[in-house]
Amino acid sequence: MSISLEEVLQISYLARLHVDEEQAVQYAADLSKILAWVQQMNQVDTRDIVPMAHPLDVIQPLREDKVTETDQREKFQAIAPRTDRGLYLVPKVIE
Amino acid sequence: MDNLSVSQLAAGLNDGEFSSVELTRHFLQRIQSHTELNAFITQMDEHAIMQARRADKLIKERKHGPLTGIPLAHKDIFCMDGTKTSCGSRMLENFVAPYNATVVDKLEQAGCVVLGKTNMDEFAMGSSNENSYFGPVKNPWNTDHVPGGSSGGSAAAVAARLVPLATGTDTGGSIRQPAAFCGITGLKPTYGRVSRYGMIAYASSLDQAGPLAKSAYDCAYLMQAMAGFDERDSTCMDEPVPAYTQVLDLPLHDKVIGIPDEYFGEGLDSGVREVITQAIAWAEDQGCIIKPIRLPNTELAIPAYYVIATAECSSNLSRFDGIRYGHRCQDPEDLHDLYRRSRSEGFGMEVKRRIMVGTYALSKGYYDAYYLKAQQVRRLISADFEKAFQTVDFILGPTSPGPAFRIGEKTNDPVTMYLSDIYTISVNLAGVPAVSIPCGMCEGLPVGMQLIGDYLTEDKLLNFAHQYQLATDWHLQSPPRYSK
Amino acid sequence: MTRWEAVIGLEIHVQLATQSKIFSAASTAFGAEPNTQACAVDLGLPGVLPVLNHEAVRMAVMFGLATDAAIAQRSIFARKNYFYPDLPKGYQISQYELPIVEGGQLEIALQDKGHKVIGITRAHLEEDAGKSLHEEFDDLTGVDLNRAGTPLIEIVSEPDMRSAKEAIAYMKKIHSIVRYLGISDGNMQEGSFRCDANVSVRQAGQETLGTRTETKNLNSFRFVERAIDFEIDRQIAVLEDGGEIVQETRLYDASKGITRPMRSKEHANDYRYFPDPDLLPVVIEPEMIEAIRQQLPELPSEKASRFCKQYGLDTHDAENLSISREVGEYFERTVQDTDAEAKQVANWIVGELTGALNQDNIDITESPVSSSMLACLLDRIEDGTISGKIAKDVFRLMWMGEGDADQIIESQGLTQITDGSEIEKLVDQVLQDNPAQVEQFRSGKDKVFGFFVGQVMKLSKGKANPKQVNSLLRQKLQ
Repeated sequence: MSISLEEVLQISYLARLHVDEEQAVQYAADLSKILAWVQQMNQVDTRDIVPMAHPLDVIQPLREDKVTETDQREKFQAIAPRTDRGLYLVPKVIE
Repeated sequence: MDNLSVSQLAAGLNDGEFSSVELTRHFLQRIQSHTELNAFITQMDEHAIMQARRADKLIKERKHGPLTGIPLAHKDIFCMDGTKTSCGSRMLENFVAPYNATVVDKLEQAGCVVLGKTNMDEFAMGSSNENSYFGPVKNPWNTDHVPGGSSGGSAAAVAARLVPLATGTDTGGSIRQPAAFCGITGLKPTYGRVSRYGMIAYASSLDQAGPLAKSAYDCAYLMQAMAGFDERDSTCMDEPVPAYTQVLDLPLHDKVIGIPDEYFGEGLDSGVREVITQAIAWAEDQGCIIKPIRLPNTELAIPAYYVIATAECSSNLSRFDGIRYGHRCQDPEDLHDLYRRSRSEGFGMEVKRRIMVGTYALSKGYYDAYYLKAQQVRRLISADFEKAFQTVDFILGPTSPGPAFRIGEKTNDPVTMYLSDIYTISVNLAGVPAVSIPCGMCEGLPVGMQLIGDYLTEDKLLNFAHQYQLATDWHLQSPPRYSK
Repeated sequence: MTRWEAVIGLEIHVQLATQSKIFSAASTAFGAEPNTQACAVDLGLPGVLPVLNHEAVRMAVMFGLATDAAIAQRSIFARKNYFYPDLPKGYQISQYELPIVEGGQLEIALQDKGHKVIGITRAHLEEDAGKSLHEEFDDLTGVDLNRAGTPLIEIVSEPDMRSAKEAIAYMKKIHSIVRYLGISDGNMQEGSFRCDANVSVRQAGQETLGTRTETKNLNSFRFVERAIDFEIDRQIAVLEDGGEIVQETRLYDASKGITRPMRSKEHANDYRYFPDPDLLPVVIEPEMIEAIRQQLPELPSEKASRFCKQYGLDTHDAENLSISREVGEYFERTVQDTDAEAKQVANWIVGELTGALNQDNIDITESPVSSSMLACLLDRIEDGTISGKIAKDVFRLMWMGEGDADQIIESQGLTQITDGSEIEKLVDQVLQDNPAQVEQFRSGKDKVFGFFVGQVMKLSKGKANPKQVNSLLRQKLQ
């Protein structure tokens, strides 16, 4: 199992992580090693095995449709890096 | 005071031998004088004294419970209103949580006094506490060694008697392994037994909060206050919480203990093996029935765990984008630059590595081969336990293949580091509870045994651990440098 | 010349009319100050967890039942991973592999009076994102997360539509259904009802589908129609030029009436869907489905066929009166309050009233002429107080707020003249004033009769009873 530099860059794009060329080489090596090791899972036949997403075989509880939250904007925005007039600010988004 | 149990501390408070404020000052002082362990990220003197005063008032008015006025430390993964909650990361270095985790609320209601927030591997990713932005934690038994991770700060603090009780979280062994490395008792409850609300997520389907303390008895007290249904957590069980401290004295006679072949294989340190063998002999002496069993998919648990945990973490950590809270890079050129630089600067190496692996495992074309496959393997592992618990009450083995390793020993090879979690990881995949109990020493370092139970058998696990601790004194031993 | 066929499928996002959000207890009310209705869960603070709103589930089931779809006994929430400033967690909680509603259908009326069945592939529950505001600041975008976490159902149609007109008919039908069910206010200006259009073209008779584009950001029926028509023409032009259609996401620019490709790097996205580990499988027991079915209101098609049967209306009127719950109720209230025939009531609502509502662009619930006012007006026609023609004038005055029918008839002196002697005077007057025409009539030119009627009515300012005028004229001219 070997991961190419292009794949590393595509993954880093999806994950929004900055990876320079040198790091990309290191990541390619690390990830290849980890994924090769992970592939030992293939030793076992899992045909017809239902994937297990959760340790518990229980169902989703449902919440009553009631508004109990109050406005805490001031408190929440006190920890925000950049706000103005109640809005969170980011560099201009081009659609 | 350092070595007193929770019930002894409670009695002292009750009888007016000392006040909660005195107790609190004492332990704050200890934390202050042992910063070399780097066990704490935040010490909360003022807040603690205030809580202690309130506790003293309640005790005076006889309105107190068993934990009122008892000092406690929270792993820095639990959000605490108005307090820095860093999760061991530069990303949250200046993050003052605007709300309380349910566990924090519950322990506040129980009257505990929070002395501070303990150090941990960044976002709970690590088995050695070397992945903290705030520097590694040292093992109080030997400061050249790691305390284990990711709840290494909590374990080291309890072991060094800096605090009587601490909370931790366990995703692949993060309570049990540091408990074992530091010679204390740590319980990973059944998945869903304790609310995850306000606990910063690493891998949501594996994460579970639990207690760390000197003894099983103390763990029972803390567990009592932590457990229970929470309407804010969909995955939290709506099941009655048993009275953990009430069942500790039951006899162990006729309990069937399974000894899995796979937990005594090649990688196991011979010193550890010897210590565990003695513990098994003790159980047999108590009238337990020892039964060899198989957990055939144990080895596959580690790769399955790494795929599931990294996949979930890659998504869970997407919210750290530098917009609403947390680290934001200087002068971003554009939106993409804001994301990319804030995250790259905010996250440490291991966290980034896991995000990359998880992103890959979920990406188009690889999902079936990695994520789906891992979930199927998870089913097989869970089935192994299900089968085992049809014939045994407990499964017993070592918590970790060896005692605490040296700082720096395994940092260069992630896979070797991952392998040290082999005995603890399957438990999280299956969601069953397990406790790590100190049971001997090896090369001057503590060894822990792990006792695994079926779903919701925390009471039985604590019962066994307590009986063992009535007969042994491993849990009473403290690191020489930290004993008076 | 090649004949082209368009293939259209719609993805309609409908905000559900719950009080609180789909996964949090914050309010969903529209129009609050930015970020004052975004709680810890909506902001995606570290450590928060989602808990599903019961009402959102109930509403999704209602929609499924109303469109003859299968309700999944077990459905799963998944995470759709992508970064965007108005998506606080870096993923949207949606449904992917096991949606709550699958395989529905509904019937639309075609322009040539025929009908067509449109398939609904699926409808799934998901959370809405916040809003990015690009206009407020020069080099920055502001993010308001009040909308984040508002419950949506995304309704995905089969690619069954072949023209923009069909797409609009389908969209209007869905709009009507969700409003009937009371599961959405359907307010398009406020974004409660939005649509993405998947459009491709192929040569007529060809089986395989052409490459499609997805046009986003369509929040009015008119925009959807224009965007689809634009896209069809554009794609045909590209293909006829020997070019190829690029599979892409496009935006509709309402000011220019065109679609253009999105500039962001949409193509590089890979949503990495996986089951949300914070949420468990949603299980809907058959008893719950039955209970919801019992509570379903009468739906548009059911109402229309009942109107045909019960009131003897034709299909066209019945469908028009079933366009919304409110119109149907208005009709039935009016019928109850008047002695006039239901057919007459239908004509007035479909004609005068609808015309006036459209002209002023208001909803029937805001109509200045209430159902009881209309009923009273129709009674005055019925009892002969005014003619149908005068009634239209009275209706306009009522619309302008001049009072009810009786007040207007009274104050304007519009009561019909039914007194025989008075009408006779008018008739005599007209015959006297127009001797030439009288001569023409008597010499066999029957058509002049109408002229006399007109003159009498004119002289009476429209108030003379036309029947009486007719018979008196006949008498006098014989």
